[in-house]
Amino acid sequence: MATTFTPLSALIGGMLIGLAASLLLLLNGRIAGISSIFHNSLRLHVQSWQWLFLTGLLLGTAFFRLVPVVDESVRHSFPLPLLILAGLLVGFGTRLGSGCTSGHGICGISRLSLRSIVATLTFMLSGFLVTWCVRHVFNLI
Amino acid sequence: MKTGITALFSGIVFGFGLNLSQMVNPEKVLAFLDITGNWDPSLALVMAGALAVALPLYSITLKRTAPLLADKFELPVKQQLDKSLLLGATLFGCGWGLAGYCPGPALAAMLINWQEAIPFVIAMAVGGKLCDILLAVINVNNN
Repeated sequence: MATTFTPLSALIGGMLIGLAASLLLLLNGRIAGISSIFHNSLRLHVQSWQWLFLTGLLLGTAFFRLVPVVDESVRHSFPLPLLILAGLLVGFGTRLGSGCTSGHGICGISRLSLRSIVATLTFMLSGFLVTWCVRHVFNLI
Repeated sequence: MKTGITALFSGIVFGFGLNLSQMVNPEKVLAFLDITGNWDPSLALVMAGALAVALPLYSITLKRTAPLLADKFELPVKQQLDKSLLLGATLFGCGWGLAGYCPGPALAAMLINWQEAIPFVIAMAVGGKLCDILLAVINVNNN
């Protein structure tokens, strides 16, 4: 499904994400990498900072949803087996590669980490290729 | 205690940003990754906005000897490019490009489209666990 280019909300939303990551580093000395926070939270106490951060992420989502959003269409047609395959790949890949879009793409690049710059280019490239294959080669979705 | 409140607050701001930028909508992400289709460059501006804030603030912060509310910075220690990083990032990109969810948006989407997000998040947890098991097996065999 086509979406429209939303430069202003993308830029401001991105700045808020950057601000959140910067606050977590300045105040707590921690990296706002969601995949690491998620994987680690699974074996930590619910009072850990990781659980609190993820609770905040859900609260932020809930607050945002309090304001009526104009375009509230959600996807329903995505096949469950592909969704599960994608979840397995994201979980396995972020664990093996030590990060995701936030940890490598935002925090790592902001630390000027070579590993994160390479990781970001790598997952962007494989993301482009897979979306292209799914949509234009195999016409799956 | 204080660091718990600041972690919660940071999470709230992060979640708000993900929603405002519509990154919680996998169609928006896939419309960015689908360059040859009806390309929507919004995701590039989300990254640009995040980096415009975080690059300078990280740079200033990391000149300090310690964060404001904790004893030290807890930063990743690995420096070298290795096979795990490249293979992991590749597989992550495959899953991301397939369904349009990365970890943060998938978690947030549990409140927006739970029919998709809950199975995805469970699979993501299982995927992480499988990686731990596999790495443990490889380690045992190498020792």
